[in-house]
Amino acid sequence: MIDVQHITKRYGDRTAIERVTFSVNKGEVLAFLGPNGAGKTTTMRILTCFMPATEGTATVDGFDCSEQSQEVKARIGYLPETPPVYQELTVLEYLTFVGRLKGMKAAALQQRMPQVIEQVSLGDVRHRLIANLSRGYRQRVGLAQALLHDPPVLILDEPTVGLDPKQIIEIRELIKSLAGSHTVILSTHILPEATAVCQRVVIINEGRIVAVDRPEHLSARLRRSEKISLTVKTPPHDFADRLRGIPGIVSVFAPADGGAYLVECALGRDLRDELARFVVTNDWGLLELKTISMTLEDVFLHLTQHEDGMDERSGGEAPHEARA
Amino acid sequence: MTPAQAIVAKELRSAYFSPIIYVVGAVFLLIFGVLSYIAVVNAGTQAIRLMQIQGMAAKINLNDLVFRPTFYSTAIILLLVLPILTMRSFAEERKLKTFELLMTSPIGINHIVAGKFVAVLLIYLGMLALTGVVPVVLAMFNSFDWVPVFTGYLGLLLMGALFLAVGVFASAVTENQIVAAFLSFGILLSVWLMGAVGSILGDTPVGNTISYLSFIEHYDRLVRGLVDTKDLVYYACGILFMLFLTHRVVESQRWK
Repeated sequence: MIDVQHITKRYGDRTAIERVTFSVNKGEVLAFLGPNGAGKTTTMRILTCFMPATEGTATVDGFDCSEQSQEVKARIGYLPETPPVYQELTVLEYLTFVGRLKGMKAAALQQRMPQVIEQVSLGDVRHRLIANLSRGYRQRVGLAQALLHDPPVLILDEPTVGLDPKQIIEIRELIKSLAGSHTVILSTHILPEATAVCQRVVIINEGRIVAVDRPEHLSARLRRSEKISLTVKTPPHDFADRLRGIPGIVSVFAPADGGAYLVECALGRDLRDELARFVVTNDWGLLELKTISMTLEDVFLHLTQHEDGMDERSGGEAPHEARA
Repeated sequence: MTPAQAIVAKELRSAYFSPIIYVVGAVFLLIFGVLSYIAVVNAGTQAIRLMQIQGMAAKINLNDLVFRPTFYSTAIILLLVLPILTMRSFAEERKLKTFELLMTSPIGINHIVAGKFVAVLLIYLGMLALTGVVPVVLAMFNSFDWVPVFTGYLGLLLMGALFLAVGVFASAVTENQIVAAFLSFGILLSVWLMGAVGSILGDTPVGNTISYLSFIEHYDRLVRGLVDTKDLVYYACGILFMLFLTHRVVESQRWK
């Protein structure tokens, strides 16, 4: 549905994004994850034909973003970073205006508006001036605007910013319900959001894609070793050394204050069973034994902060490969 | 309703809620009223003087004594007032980021520019229509030739439309409304002064060309009751040229 090939965008000397390549299948929800200024908004602006890429091609539903922009625009619902609302209009007037702008027929618009207002729960404020609405309501008006002409592709730049927790859950449910029938790209810096709604995550940092994969695969792939947290009631003084003697264990981190031991095992080996037996047969009192998996937060910080992490992975990390 | 019509409707609706249009309209009408009042009083004193000289009630010419000076002064008010009317049109969209909505909607930039221009033109037409009270009231007390009044209004309409086109252009250049207003004021005043520069250069090809480019010479003929195709073409081309430039500027913002 969306295919982006090697797009680069430069503002004068500054390169905002460089050779970004990814694709989104029909009906998929894709999250754009990255720190501020990573190039998320720039990529979205290119896809929505707000501005053209310096190099590379982007196509939506087979139409080129720079050459067939009207076709592309007709297929996209876009919620920019700042909801593009006119303060002096009421919610209904605003949505009517947007509908006409998108070329909707009067009858279709009359039929569609109540549905969208219902979807983003704006019913109570429909006759109020947007100037008098709170940030969260304005965000939802922006979302309603993007959904109004029922476009097959939705591009949402931080859709849940400014909403309260209940609304965030509602909007996430809404986005999830759109999956399948709609193709959605959303940007966020809230990581659980990506895990909750998206099938795939694109992590972008300093204008480059550093990873593309399903959220669960990302954390699994990044785990270079299996880590196990082990809490023992009465460990002997040389417990750490004894653990190191077990084959397959790479390192043991002993806590200073008698907390959990962090045991690192060789990749692909699950030593929980051996460890449990080892502690129980020696009667040291096994209190807790669990594997530690990296959360998306860890993955994100790892990919966007540690240069070594990026370099090590850049070889086998071509986005093409990750698409599978 | 086409997208361009939707933009016109939205602009008018926004203008209705903005204090700008009321302040601008009120100031314009007040000054127009005062100017025509002064012209009428002056015409009265001149008539009395003529009567003293000739010893009989002179036939005073309202077209020469009232309408012409009023039309000339109105041009100056328009120079000050119309940039305020147009400064919002694109600058505010960019400031409030609603520009992104317009630019990502499946409509051509020419629709956006046309919608913005037609909206301010309609507001200006409304203001102009209200000044019609002056000739209507005068017609109740005296008779005058309506033709130069209509051509004068045609001149006001065409010149005002050109001012508005320049204003819309200036508004597209910047996202600061004050800069937009001042820029259109600066452009208009410079073009106005080109008429004076042209007359200094006299009847040379360069002088004539520069005089032709200034809008005031063309306005002058219309106020005197002369409708010349040359002047109509000048205004039509000027308006289209400014709107074309606006289109290019809006388009170019995508490339920045």
